[in-house]
Amino acid sequence: MSEIVYKSTLLDRDAIRRAVKRIAHEIVERNGGVDGLVVVGIRRRGVPLAERIAQYIEQIEGRAIPVGALDITLYRDDFQVVTKQPHVGKTEIKEDITDKIVILVDDVLYTGRTIRAALDELIDFGRPKRIQLAVLIDRGHREFPIKADYVGKNVPTSETELVEVHLDEIDETDEVLLAEKQP
Amino acid sequence: MNTRKHLLGLEGMSAEEITRLLDTAESFKEVSERPVKKVPALRGMTIANLFFEPSTRTRISFELAEKRLSADSVNFTVGGSSVSKGETLRDTAENIQAMKVDMIVIRHSAAGAPHFLAGLLEASVVNAGDGAHEHPTQGLLDMFTLRERWGNFDERKVVIVGDVAHSRVARSNIHGLVAMGVEVVVCGPPTLIPMNIERLGVGVESDLRKALDGADAVNVLRIQKERQAAGLFPSIDEYARVWGVSADALKHAKPDCVVMHPGPMNRGIEIAQDVADGERSVILDQVTNGVAVRMAVLYLCSGGAAIESEEEQTTTEAKTTKGKQVA
Repeated sequence: MSEIVYKSTLLDRDAIRRAVKRIAHEIVERNGGVDGLVVVGIRRRGVPLAERIAQYIEQIEGRAIPVGALDITLYRDDFQVVTKQPHVGKTEIKEDITDKIVILVDDVLYTGRTIRAALDELIDFGRPKRIQLAVLIDRGHREFPIKADYVGKNVPTSETELVEVHLDEIDETDEVLLAEKQP
Repeated sequence: MNTRKHLLGLEGMSAEEITRLLDTAESFKEVSERPVKKVPALRGMTIANLFFEPSTRTRISFELAEKRLSADSVNFTVGGSSVSKGETLRDTAENIQAMKVDMIVIRHSAAGAPHFLAGLLEASVVNAGDGAHEHPTQGLLDMFTLRERWGNFDERKVVIVGDVAHSRVARSNIHGLVAMGVEVVVCGPPTLIPMNIERLGVGVESDLRKALDGADAVNVLRIQKERQAAGLFPSIDEYARVWGVSADALKHAKPDCVVMHPGPMNRGIEIAQDVADGERSVILDQVTNGVAVRMAVLYLCSGGAAIESEEEQTTTEAKTTKGKQVA
């Protein structure tokens, strides 16, 4: 097992709060309000981010908006490739998303394969009017033609580097770290 | 780490693995409630359902589980097949494998038939009931249904009543429940209780009312009428009177005692009409949960995959061993 060396902190607690708050403002601005908005987080760390975005939007506009969670494990394209089988989490989309504006939320945007899977899964739940993508970190190296609508921070990385997002709800701390795999 | 290619029985399965299987099934249960009841997880996989014994519920349940995972499945039943022309199990299975089948779901009247195929074939083998040996997916779905009601298995007592000697459902339930630390008591006519069944870690009580004392659940086994012809109990009426689970008998159990039956039911014999349809009956929940449990089993057995916990998956090590970070 290769060793992981931490290089720097990309975002600290305050920076994460500011970035997520700004994304919430941008979502409201771009969509002219909150009508028909549904925020859906991708498991695992997209879910707490989605909840935070929804909270900020409620603070800004004074209206609660629905939040869902998506587990994309069963829609992955590397099921036959990876030998270790990932845990299957629960997808919870209680809202009918047909004709809604779905804000898909994930922590890190990398190859785009997770987003491809998430889009496939989402449209099995209905036909949204529009899907927009919000990510905390965009680290580049896309393998699919996918682009985020809202980005917390753009971080140019090398492929040997790792971006680790830690959130209070899961990791009991708020930070984004840049690490490197040692050969 | 646990790797599982086949599911042949619950005997010897650890509490940890059972818990992971049930957790995975919980995620799959939600798929059956979606508008599009299908996920692409097993796309491109071929599964053969070999049913050498008649079955409605189990076969349809497996078939739905396969379809909801996007696998392609073919069904084989004995009637009108090459078996009626005298083909052996081995030849039948090898021929089906030669057509490149990834998984085989088998029900057979001979105990050990799935184990025989597992040793012979490349394909994964899932036991859908072998003789009087095991019916592991039924055991798991019964446990799933109980856990759904209870939250966990702590300090619970389950009574299994009926023809324990001939019941694969009983054996799978016993192995699974005992592994989870549940107190299990078997009950029935002494002729239908195997000698030395205590060695599996269960209690034996032939008086139903005593057995039900303090029970949290009762699993009612189907009584086969031909056992009476074989002289194992005197009459159907007497069986119904002494071992039939009635509202009166249930007074001895805890007030929220759950009633299960693997089906098909003989209403009025092993289970009273009002009990089968009563508030405490979870018989239809069992059927619903069967699809989710079978989806989880097929998913976890496919491709020699390992069962892994959420924590392991999200560690950096797990990500790096996959050679890339999941974006």
